[in-house]
Amino acid sequence: MARRENSEINAGSMADIAFLLLIFFLVTTTMDVDSGIARKLPEKSEDTPEVTIKQKNILDITVNRKNQILVEGTDFVEVTDIRRIAMDFIDNGGGESAAKPDGTPGKPCDYCKGAKDPASSDHPTKAVISLQSDRGTTYGMYVSIQNEIEAAYNELRNRLALEKYKRSYNDLLADYKDNASESLKEKIDFLKDSYPQIISEPEPIK
Amino acid sequence: MSKFKKKKKGLPAISTASLPDIVFMLLFFFMVSTTMRETDLLIKKPVLPMASEVKKLEMKSLVSTIYVGKSKDSRIGGDKIQVNDKIIDVNDVPSFIFSERALRKEEEVKYMTTSIKADKEANVGTILDIKEQLRDINALKVSFSTTKGSDLKGNYKK
Repeated sequence: MARRENSEINAGSMADIAFLLLIFFLVTTTMDVDSGIARKLPEKSEDTPEVTIKQKNILDITVNRKNQILVEGTDFVEVTDIRRIAMDFIDNGGGESAAKPDGTPGKPCDYCKGAKDPASSDHPTKAVISLQSDRGTTYGMYVSIQNEIEAAYNELRNRLALEKYKRSYNDLLADYKDNASESLKEKIDFLKDSYPQIISEPEPIK
Repeated sequence: MSKFKKKKKGLPAISTASLPDIVFMLLFFFMVSTTMRETDLLIKKPVLPMASEVKKLEMKSLVSTIYVGKSKDSRIGGDKIQVNDKIIDVNDVPSFIFSERALRKEEEVKYMTTSIKADKEANVGTILDIKEQLRDINALKVSFSTTKGSDLKGNYKK
């Protein structure tokens, strides 16, 4: 029998095989990054304590099934106006914050730059935004309003962060994601506590 | 000057030996950076609304997605809710979340997020019903899926 020489395996078709695999993966997978407006729903509990909130501490936003927005029951506005209205309302600082549970009395808001109108909200920590929608409202509208409210809070937090830490709030958040340090968390929590998001969504209009 | 005599020269073939390596590298990149498409949509593909203040969803493995949109059959009106591979009723949303929780480790359950991918034409009523169901079973982290952009005008019509 003739001894066969150890011939090399032909690797020419390797590329074809790899391309086939590559195309298969390209077709069956997705690369979309999922992003969205994050919301934390309020917990449901049996015994919700009755809380009375002064009318002036509530910003009423109502949207009907024709996608018309009514603010405070009097003004028709556009979506793009909500950011400014919400910022004015939250940042008003016309009064004092709520007394802490340990008995320290409330303080006036020393970081607010608002009009200090006594007829508007007392303090950012007391300001509630109420968003009432109709069942027939378009979802896109609802998201736009949520987005504008979120933007108002972010803008205020950014402003305070720039003043206090010379960095924007978004920067701090991005930093925190990269390396979570205690000092950063403290700063972020402080900003969040200064302008807490208090959004109430009452039952929709039937 | 025989040293400089021109050799007979043809075009040398380009070596393709490294082609498999390059392709494999691409292949691995795609394998690592993408996720398998899990669900076939039974409803019309939702057109997501646009928003500027978006946050990226972290930890994809802990996200359960609920789709809301119109039926593919244009004669059927109203919003349809789809999870995994079937269309469900609002009242079945809790059982979907429970089945999702059962697949995760217990300590991860509290980090689970529900992503709502709804069409911008959907009714808020449907979304609020889902939110109410999620509240009932303490699935409190919700993300309204949007595309990033600043043109809010396209989200609704007057």
